[in-house]
Amino acid sequence: MHTYQETVLKLKKYWAERGCIIQEPLDLEVGAGTMCPETFLRVLGPKPYRVAYVQPSRRPADGRYGENPNRLYKHQQLQVILKPTPDDVIDQYLGSLEAIGIDLAKHDLKLEEDNWESPTLGAWGIGWQVMLDGMEVTQFTYFQQCGGFDLDLVPAEITYGLERLAAFLQGVDSVYDITWAPGFKYSDVRLADELQFSVYNFEMANVDRLWRLLGEYEAECKELLAAYAKYPDKHRFPVLPTYDQVLKCSHLFNLLDARGAISVTERVGVIKRVRDLAVGTAKLWADQQEASA
Amino acid sequence: MSLDFLLEIGTEEIPHWMIPGALAQLQKFDLLGATPRVDATPRRLVVQASGLPERTPDRAEIVKGPPVASGEKAAAGFARKQGVDPGEVKVNGNYYELHKRIPGRAAAAILADYLPSAILGLQWPKTMYWAGGKTGPRFIRPIRWIVALLGDQVIPLEVAGVRSTNVTRGHRILGSSSIPVTTANYEAELRLNLVILSAHERRHKIETEASKLGAKIDVDLLETLTFITEYPTAIRGHFDPAYLELPAEVLTTVMRHHQKYFAVESESGRLEPHFVAIMNTNGDPEGIVKHGNERVLKARFNDARFFWNVDQQKKLVDRGDDLAHVTFQAKLGTYLEKTNRVVELVKELGGNAHAQRAAELCKCDLTTEMVKEFTDLQGVVGGLYAKAQGEPQAVSEAIYEHYQPLSMEDSIPETLEGQIVALADKLDTLRGCFSVGLIPSGSKDPFALRRAAQGVVKILVEAKLDYLLDRLVTGELHAFMLERVQHYFREIRSYKYDEVNAVLASGVSTLADVEARLAALASVRPTEDFEPLAAACKRIRNILKQAHFDGDGPLDETLLEPGPERELANRLMSFAMDNENDFSKRLVAIAAFRPAIDVFFDTVLVNAPDPAVRANRLTLLNKLFTEFSTIADFSEIVTTGEQKQ
Repeated sequence: MHTYQETVLKLKKYWAERGCIIQEPLDLEVGAGTMCPETFLRVLGPKPYRVAYVQPSRRPADGRYGENPNRLYKHQQLQVILKPTPDDVIDQYLGSLEAIGIDLAKHDLKLEEDNWESPTLGAWGIGWQVMLDGMEVTQFTYFQQCGGFDLDLVPAEITYGLERLAAFLQGVDSVYDITWAPGFKYSDVRLADELQFSVYNFEMANVDRLWRLLGEYEAECKELLAAYAKYPDKHRFPVLPTYDQVLKCSHLFNLLDARGAISVTERVGVIKRVRDLAVGTAKLWADQQEASA
Repeated sequence: MSLDFLLEIGTEEIPHWMIPGALAQLQKFDLLGATPRVDATPRRLVVQASGLPERTPDRAEIVKGPPVASGEKAAAGFARKQGVDPGEVKVNGNYYELHKRIPGRAAAAILADYLPSAILGLQWPKTMYWAGGKTGPRFIRPIRWIVALLGDQVIPLEVAGVRSTNVTRGHRILGSSSIPVTTANYEAELRLNLVILSAHERRHKIETEASKLGAKIDVDLLETLTFITEYPTAIRGHFDPAYLELPAEVLTTVMRHHQKYFAVESESGRLEPHFVAIMNTNGDPEGIVKHGNERVLKARFNDARFFWNVDQQKKLVDRGDDLAHVTFQAKLGTYLEKTNRVVELVKELGGNAHAQRAAELCKCDLTTEMVKEFTDLQGVVGGLYAKAQGEPQAVSEAIYEHYQPLSMEDSIPETLEGQIVALADKLDTLRGCFSVGLIPSGSKDPFALRRAAQGVVKILVEAKLDYLLDRLVTGELHAFMLERVQHYFREIRSYKYDEVNAVLASGVSTLADVEARLAALASVRPTEDFEPLAAACKRIRNILKQAHFDGDGPLDETLLEPGPERELANRLMSFAMDNENDFSKRLVAIAAFRPAIDVFFDTVLVNAPDPAVRANRLTLLNKLFTEFSTIADFSEIVTTGEQKQ
């Protein structure tokens, strides 16, 4: 039996052995590992970087009160960034599957076109979904643009859906039946989370207050963005806190969306508001990197 | 000596749908006169050829020098400039010249120069950069190895930082990643390493194995699978028959579009609780892959069942107002507004109560979970839900089929209600987009207006609906529709282009009428009198044109000369009185004019000295031309004589 946590530990060890920093998750709500500064900001500019981290990713609209065996409000991603991409990146990735106990010779593996795009981050990339016996286990992306910038070094982003992978390895049909650690199922650890956040996200989150919060975080972010130009000592400037405000806005947008509070017409406008903040912050980051180089 | 050639561009997995386009371009590679043989798998683009020369032959070139009159000093300067001994400069007439011998080049050197730019010059719908970041080379996916051989030599070249060798790679999992090859053993070595290079062979293998397992072969899916596998093998899996309660359309869409499985049907066409998956490997002896795919399908079907149940909690009819939140097009408002327009249009088109009801409900499924998840099923889901929610059959069927035809091959809606709703939906999109300037240009057609217009044409013709085209569309949109009418009759119905032009030139009322006239024209065309008559019509048109004749007055019978002229006029009058409605019979009758017209032109001078007589004769020709042109403008027919020119 491969417990969930053993699988995670093996993957971290595998990528640590290949030169990755093993980071801890970002302590803010994000919709995907890509949004963490460890990805979104680090892929910019000419400095090589290698990092791997588990990121709990919150997607309020995907909540199902813990009743759907495959859909989760919050799922765990293992995010790997290799910048620049090594030539044998796919072989390295396949090695990671072997490392968690998948004998690839006995399985069917296909790389099927799946390009990634995030309008809120001004980012896109080219890649595949990796299909193992008909199941998508990984999203593989060569970043091309981020925060509106063409990238100096093309990073590979490898995103494992950990619940799916664990369910696959353990041969269970429901994520809640995954053995997380000996004696503990996924449901023991997370079911209450799924139920309660579904209730909150769909039924109780105060829409007016969410809109106000979105406005507040946006204002804070804009104020910071505007302050950068005249700030004398660039390397001290709080670009990273500025980016935190962007992530707050993004999560509030997702909550409002799940609550059904954003009409289709408004949607485009709100996405643009968040993108402007993200792109603006990316610019500051790039400029600050150059200034402190 | 003639040499064999092999180029293999080794890449990471290329999107399957782009490979045929790349092969067509590789087919045009310039291999010193040899014909390229091309093939591909997702990980390799391959060009092979035989009979390449070792080197190109030497050739002679004559360089023209200064005039002899400019003297020997000029000749010496010319020689120096050309880098030859002055003694080699010859005199030809009034000029000096030099006979130069340009030595041939080694074919390997020519190819080493040519191939890198040819490879990077391949056109793709979307490219990426990898090595070197934003300033690096672009290709569809990273190039990881290059095999380039001429005879037994590696052609030395470098593409995107990758140097050519004679070493290929096999199947990702089951093959070796380092296989030295020759031009002779290349394909056999690949096969030993679980790669079938030939797309044809892979396609055949999939089709044969899948058919044996009971798969219903879907041609598009077959093509996709051919280009996402290097060593395809079919397996059969099963699912719980309880899922068969869900509509077959939903199950099939999940299998085909989401999982790339073939569905399995009984002989009577009913869905069976099985599927056929195509693996990219050589077998599944322990049933591990089968089990994995069954698990995934079960989860997918569970989702579909969940969506179905959730969606039933709110009837279609209660979803109408939700359409106010779904944008149809920024400038054209929401789907609620579109729905209201379509309902009005259905009324204008004379749609009955069922058609109107279907129009009201036809877009409501856009707010369902099922359509959000399976967008391809829009319309179909609405139809299924309408049926489940007790709408009359005519209503649910019309909703079900109102997106049809989805392509030129797809069939039109079967019911009249479906045809009218489909027509109204498409016409509304076309009119709306044209009214705000969203008009397709060149290859840009983001709202698929060509497809919509083509659908309108197909429905009007094949359902034999008697709407006047002029009443349905006007202005620029009318011209746009006429292009689609031409396209339809030429490409789908295989009428000759001049026949289509001839019929359209004589006016368009309903498209059913256009079709009837075309059919008649095509049937009469092979008859003996037809082409000469077409030639005569052209002659008449030219005469009228040259005379700038636009008179529409009556024929003065007293001015008709007895003989051929009077006979032609009498014949015309009795033809005009005849109420024959059958286009073929009328055309046969028109063709039968030919001898009379020939005699008229042989014996009667149209350009008579007496202006009154001349005008009367032009009037006669004009009436003849007008009468004939009610079915088709014969002067548009390209006759055999013209084709030869």
